[in-house]
Order: sequence, then C-alpha cells, then structure tokens
Amino acid sequence: MSLSRLLENRNFLGFLFMLPAAALLLVFLTYPLGLGTWLGFTDAKIGRAGVWVGLENYIYLFGDQVARLSLFNTVFYTAVATTVKFALGLWLALLLNKNLPFKSFIRAVILLPYIVPTALSALAFWWIYDTQFSIVSWGLVRLGLIDHYIDFLGDPWLARASVIVANIWRGIPFVAICLLAGLQTISPSYYEAAVLDGATPWQMFRYITLPLLTPIIAVVMTFSILFTFTDFQLIYVLTRGGPLNATHLMATLSFQRAIPGGALGEGAALATAMVPFLLAAILFSYFGLQRRAWQQ
Amino acid sequence: MASVQIRDVVKNFGDTKILHGVSVDIADGEFAVLVGPSGCGKSTLLRMIAGLEEITGGSISIGGREVNQLPPKERDIAMVFQNYALYPHMTVFDNMAFSLKLAKVPRAELDKKVARAAEILGLQQLLERYPRQLSGGQRQRVAMGRAIVRNPQVFLFDEPLSNLDAKLRVQMRTEIRELHQNLKSTSVYVTHDQIEAMTMADKIVVMRDGHIQQVGSPLELYDWPANVFVAGFIGSPSMNFLPATAVEGGDKTQILLATGDALTLPYLVEVVLGQPLLLGLRPECCRLEATGDGVDAEILVIEPTGADTVLICRVGKTDITVVLHQRTMFKVGDRVKWLPDLARAHLFNEGSGERVAIAPR
Ligand SMILES: Nc1ncnc2c1ncn2[C@@H]1O[C@H](COP(=O)(O)OP(=O)(O)O)[C@@H](O)[C@H]1O
Ligand SMILES: [Mg+2]
Repeated sequence: MSLSRLLENRNFLGFLFMLPAAALLLVFLTYPLGLGTWLGFTDAKIGRAGVWVGLENYIYLFGDQVARLSLFNTVFYTAVATTVKFALGLWLALLLNKNLPFKSFIRAVILLPYIVPTALSALAFWWIYDTQFSIVSWGLVRLGLIDHYIDFLGDPWLARASVIVANIWRGIPFVAICLLAGLQTISPSYYEAAVLDGATPWQMFRYITLPLLTPIIAVVMTFSILFTFTDFQLIYVLTRGGPLNATHLMATLSFQRAIPGGALGEGAALATAMVPFLLAAILFSYFGLQRRAWQQ
Repeated sequence: MASVQIRDVVKNFGDTKILHGVSVDIADGEFAVLVGPSGCGKSTLLRMIAGLEEITGGSISIGGREVNQLPPKERDIAMVFQNYALYPHMTVFDNMAFSLKLAKVPRAELDKKVARAAEILGLQQLLERYPRQLSGGQRQRVAMGRAIVRNPQVFLFDEPLSNLDAKLRVQMRTEIRELHQNLKSTSVYVTHDQIEAMTMADKIVVMRDGHIQQVGSPLELYDWPANVFVAGFIGSPSMNFLPATAVEGGDKTQILLATGDALTLPYLVEVVLGQPLLLGLRPECCRLEATGDGVDAEILVIEPTGADTVLICRVGKTDITVVLHQRTMFKVGDRVKWLPDLARAHLFNEGSGERVAIAPR
C-alpha cells in the first residue's frame, strides 16, 4: 500500500494524530505512576535501590498506628471540607447569580483565594493561627469572649478544624465559580414559566435549579474530592502533620516517610494506597455524570 | 373567563421609554392579537399583563380587578412562551402537571386534567417523553397543554409559532383558533406576522415604537387603515404609495401624480389644494393594459405564484407591486398602462401619515 493511500485511511490517521499525546502521557504520567507503584513493592531507601519485597510494605503500614491515623485524617478532612465547600459554594453561586450591585467586582473578589499561591495563603493562615499573634485570638480577647490566646495548631482536634477551615477558604472559589457557570446555563425562561406555574423560590430551587445543575455538581464535586483528598501544601506549611500526627494526611505522611525519612518504598506504598479511594471518587462522578434521559 | 383592560400603560427600562401610554380593551372571550414590527414593545406589554415585568405607569385589570400589584400566580393567567420554556428534565406529563402539583391538586383530579388536555391536543402517546424527544410542533402543543390544564382566565401567547416551519405554522394557526373556539377563553396573542394577525384575530392591535397605531377587526384595518404605517403593515404584498398633490377638480377631487398624470377620484375629499399627499393602492386594486388610458409603467419583475401573478412595475420614480388574479402575457421590460381602481384608493397626508378624511359618497 502506498503512503498516500495509507494517509487516507481513517484508522491510520487517527492513530497518527494520537501518537504525540500518547507519547506525552507515557513519559510524564504512566512512567512516574508505574515507578511509584513498583517502588511500593520494594524496600528501596534513598541512595539504595531496593529489592522486591512483595506486600511487605503494605502489611507493615496496615499495622502502623500513624498510617491508620493518616487514613482516618484524610477521610475526615475530605468529607468535612468538601461538604462545607459544596454547601457554601452553592450558596455563594446562587447569590452571585442574582442581580447584585457591584456584581463583577464581587465575583473578582470571590476568586482571590484561588489566585493566591497556596503556600502564600497557608503562611497567612499560619499567622492567623499563631499562638501569640493570632488575630482571631486577639479579636476574641478584645471582645471579652476568651481570656487567653487559643493554641489553634497545638491541640489535635483544634488543629484538624483549623486546617479544614483553611482548605475550605481556599477551595470555595473553585466550587462557587463552577456552579455559577452552571447556573448561568439555565435559561431564565424556565424560572418565568415556574413563576407563572405558581412556584415559590424554594420550589424553583428544588424542582428546577437542582435537577438541572446535577451534571455540573457531579463534575465539580469529583474534582473537589480529588483535590482535597490529595492535599499536601496547606498541611505541610501549617502543621507538617502535627500535633501528634493529628493532621497528617496520606499525602503528607507518604512524603514524610519517603523523603525526610528516607524509606522510599514505604512512602510509595502509602501513596499507592490512595489510588483506590481516588478511583472510587472517579466512579462516583462517572455514574453521576451518566447522561440522564432528558439531556441533549 | 374575564376581560382585560389596559389603561395608559407606560413602561420604562431605566431611562428608556418603551411603552408610551397604551390603552386597549379586550372583551371577555375575545382573541386579541398584538402585532407590530420587532422591538415595538409587544412582548413587554404581554409580560406586563402576565406580571413578569413591573408596570411603570397606568393600570392593567383582569376581570375588573386591577392586577398591578398582584404576583403572577394570583393573576389567573397562563402563558405560552416563544421558546416554549418546557422543563427539560420533566416528561410531557410532568411538564403539564407541574402547576397542579404545586397547587396540591389531588392526584386523581390531576390525572384527569392532564389527560383531558392531552386528549384535546393529541398528546396521549407522548406523555412519557422528554421535551428533547419531541418535534417542534409537539413541543408547541405541550406548551399549550401546560397552559390549558390550569384553566386560566386569560391565555397569553408570545409568538408561539415563530419557531415552526411554514407549513406547520399554518396548521397550528388553525388549531389555536379551534382551541379558542372550544375553550372560549380570553386570549392575547403577540406576533410580528400580519398574516397570523389577520387570520386569527377577533381584534387586532397594531403597535409601533411603543404606541398603538390602530385597534380594530382584521377587515376594518384592511379597509380603513388609520395611517400609512397600518396601511403598509397590514396586507401582503404591501400597499403601494405614490406621491401626489390635490388639484382643483370641481365636484370630485382630482390628484396629480408626480409623473404628471392627473387622476380623478370618484368622490370629493376635504384636502388643502397643493398639499403633499400619498395615494395608497393595494396591489390587487388595479389593472394593467397594453394600451389605453392609464399611467405609463414599465414591468421590472414577473413572479408567477400559480393562482396569482405578482409584478413589480416602475411608475415614474416609484416601484409598485401589482397582483393579477390570472396569468399574464406581458414580459419583463414591456411598457404598459397602469389603471388604478380609484374607488378603492386611500389618501394619506404625506407629512403626518394620517388618513385624509374622505367625504361621504
Ligand atoms: N429587560 C430589558 N431591558 C432593557 N430593554 C429592554 C428589555 N426588554 C426589552 N427591552 C427593549 O424594549 C423594546 C421592546 O422589546 P419587546 O417588547 O421585546 O419587543 P417586541 O415587540 O419585539 O416583542 C426593545 O427595544 C428592547 O430592546
Ligand atoms: Mg417579542
């Protein structure tokens, strides 16, 4: 077959156009992922190539109190943060979808937490939560509500709450702006028809807005769960996993074990253990996103 | 059922005045059509009746009760939107039942009402479908079904047929008319299409730039247009207008066309001699002859439509349309004589565009 004939073949052309993307994926995605998974089955240390040890790392981690705590922390962190981000994000989006004065200005302000680099905003939160200079403590003391400064990052549950608040602050813009975009695709004439049909504002939200928004909610929440579950920067700057590992997430613990701790194999195994959870989140979105009978 | 009174209604969007004091009375059971070019404020007026737009000034009453301050759901109206606005995530049944569900109508009664509307509109087979699975005409019917189940005092339609193809439009026109004859409910129908207005209306309201130009039955408007705008807007093809002036003619009015031809009207008109006028003649109110006593004309275009023949002719500096109810032997480029039927001519004041009073015959 001549080259020109080959170039007219749909399948061959498709393969040809796919090649660059496939190569990129292979080099930058599949290779590190494969290497990480492989390392998880070895006893590699920094500076020493490991040998195959089978499931030894996983068995060890399963019995490790800190690793189990980090799993609990991650699930707790993700569940609370994404729920609150969804609720507040949806509320903000609904608010911004109304005809507010200074609408575009407010929209820009909402995006601010998302624009600021995470490391920077984490530093700001670090100040806010500081034992001696915390503005929150200062404010509360001035208001006479408390008589000594709060050690936000010193107590396990307070620390968990504090990092969750920081994560929520940082994640809300993404949720709010995506949902706002979704809200704007809903034709105003549905609401006019609903008004004439006698719907109250709550009924319009319940029977028009929410069902029409579900496809976008599924996407946004999947991404929100993925981002939150794999969060690293915020924790690492704020608490480094402390106090008493109370805020160690799987991602931070994995790094902790692998790089400063030197146990590459163990860290890799911990990171690989996150994959099933992430897959579950993606499946959730897959089913959430399945075309409903009414969609175009 | 109820009448609708619109009194000196004014609408401003910000500083822009859209409606400048509009008054219309629509009788109980009447089918009124608001017609006018795009942007003249028809939809705005309809939405004010529905309660979707604030009323800046004046008052609107439905069934003798002023509704200015009433929210839409208390006005007892139903509206069919131009894009239908069917809820995409609800089946045909749920779309029609939504208002009844919100009103907490008992299930058995709800089923009965939806079934009745579906039967009237021939939607029985489609109740489980979603809007996207329907053709344009079917969606249109569902939109009407949604209005019918509520059994409102007044039906409002905003260009409901403009998204349909030409053939379906003619069919739906008849269906809506029949529906109105069966339900006998007061209807306000907005369209920019004068043919829709002529064929459907009991009463036509012609609007332009937020002003009412004329209100009347279709034939009143056709036979006695109040001004040049209505004369040109109603009727298809449009009326021809030729500049003219009145000259002395004894007991009948004589007018002089810009071409120099003098025409004698069969009646006396009260006009100031020498005043600039427009002579209005419908395309079918004239004849063309090869020779004889008429105005010189040149044939520019011939469009045979089957039953009729439409010709564009040049008379002086004006292009006029002529409709002949037969086939023609003339060819493009022929020089012919144009013989207007002056008994059916209209005279308008050129400056104001108002109809010139014609003395009783
Ligand atoms: N919400 C609005 N804000 C400002 N101007 C509007 C609004 N709605 C309509 N208009 C203006 O009002 C005029 C009449 O509009 P409309 O009633 O929709 O005309 P139509 O006769 O084509 O239905 C138009 O010039 C339109 O631009
Ligand atoms: Mg309109």
